Amino acid sequence: MTQYLLALYRDYAVAISPERSQQVWAGVNSLGDRMTDAGAFVFKGGLQGGAESATVVRQSGGDFLMTDGPYTETKEHLAGFWIINAADLDEALEWAKLAAVAEQQPIEVRPLFGGDLDDAIQANASDAQ
Amino acid sequence: MTVEAVFRREYGRCVATLIRFLGDIDAAEEAVQDAFTVAAARWPSDGEPPNPGAWIVTTARNRAIDRLRRESVRDERHAQARHLYGADTAGSAPPQEEGTVPDDRLRLIFTCCHPALNQAAQVALTLRLLGGLETPEIARAFLVPEAAMAQRIVRAKRKIRDARIPYRVPAEAELPGRIAPVLAVVYLVFNEGHAATAGSLLRLDLCAEAIRLARVLAELMPDEPEAQGLLALLLLLHARRAARVAADGSLARLAEQDRQLWDRDLITEGQAIVRACVQRDHPGPYQLQAAINAVHSSAPSFDSTDWRAILTLYDQLYTLTPTPVVALNRAVALAEVRGPAAGLAAVDELRTPGGGLDGYYLFHAARADLLRRLGRDEEAAAAYDAARALTANPVEQAFLDAQRTAVSGPPAAPRGAPPRRLHIPDK
Repeated sequence: MTQYLLALYRDYAVAISPERSQQVWAGVNSLGDRMTDAGAFVFKGGLQGGAESATVVRQSGGDFLMTDGPYTETKEHLAGFWIINAADLDEALEWAKLAAVAEQQPIEVRPLFGGDLDDAIQANASDAQ
Repeated sequence: MTVEAVFRREYGRCVATLIRFLGDIDAAEEAVQDAFTVAAARWPSDGEPPNPGAWIVTTARNRAIDRLRRESVRDERHAQARHLYGADTAGSAPPQEEGTVPDDRLRLIFTCCHPALNQAAQVALTLRLLGGLETPEIARAFLVPEAAMAQRIVRAKRKIRDARIPYRVPAEAELPGRIAPVLAVVYLVFNEGHAATAGSLLRLDLCAEAIRLARVLAELMPDEPEAQGLLALLLLLHARRAARVAADGSLARLAEQDRQLWDRDLITEGQAIVRACVQRDHPGPYQLQAAINAVHSSAPSFDSTDWRAILTLYDQLYTLTPTPVVALNRAVALAEVRGPAAGLAAVDELRTPGGGLDGYYLFHAARADLLRRLGRDEEAAAAYDAARALTANPVEQAFLDAQRTAVSGPPAAPRGAPPRRLHIPDK
């Protein structure tokens, strides 16, 4: 089993109608139930507020630098996420399809790191290749 | 057979089997390369074993197991971490069973062409792992710097490992969606070689490689008519390779090709597959394109081409894949059946918003050709200019320049080239 992040992105410049919000709410709840029944559900969360509710914290010398707004200057921003258990990418992608339908937004699928320090050292060292 | 020849023929099969044993692509490649190194040292003196492929798999597996044992003594957990999901545990498989199960190559194809990988990565991985091409060869063939190609392959392999792209043949229900990218990769490899026929020989090798892969697919998926259709299409297109370049180095289109130069063996094989597909009656885009080329292949001359049959096939193809390029090809066939005026009317319909062909040079080249045949020389010249402005290929430019000169040259001068007809490649 691998854990995967299903990240949900949205363009906050586009408003979501009350009807659609109701649909999404119901769809997301029922998908959560389905994942729980299948043993795939780990955690989910929606983010409060738009990208402007974000703050980035950076260490800068002996001090910290705070910047108002999200880390990436893009049109679409992280709006919520699911953490699921899946046997492999194909299984994760099947859940992602259902999540894209329920959320009515694109879903980015990322495997979670499951190793230990040695693995992290090896993975981080080879990242720039 | 030389070790190199065995390598070309058996590499993909061996790597595919070793990936199943070892659960790791890099480890499998390493093991197979080790085994070929041993073969290169031993075979010249000991003689080639009766079943070279099986010998390679056995040797590679033994070497890999030795290596894994050494590693697991050093770090047990690390050796475990290398395992690809769905693979057999190394060493647990019965040692006698080196039978290179064809399914392994099929698994490998579906892993290489997984939709979670971008197409450039799919192509590179397929040629590397299944075709056994070296990274520099692939880089040269696709005119990509070697370092960039190496990085593309490393990234793709890493994604397979990190995101856990499974090593298995998709379930029946998923197959239709999963076969399309596999066939598309092989077709793209062929087109890359085919489009560059006038260029280097090295790129022509891509056509041969694509046909080799298409044969593997057709053999591994005998019940998938589109896999058969793709093989037939590639055989029929490749059959014309010697005729596609004229004596002066320019690209010869279907109308001007010396049909004596066509490869009869490939045509016979391709046509037989097309007939089998027709009998099976589950048409698809590759089968229909193969059928269209089979009709061309059976005409002794351009003028004796059965254009009605071709038009019917384009109608069917358009029903399945209603793209502007198919519509354009259909219009060109229509011009041969019902005359250039009918063809031009059909071509001009594609110009309407939504036709989306205004930026496609072959659209203007086809229009120009039809206008010229209708004696509308000025409009033809303008259309040749429009086409000329949209292609960067020097062979195409030379062709269009010659055509334009033929319609707009001074009336006193003899019109250079005889009327030539365009053949638009299927996209």
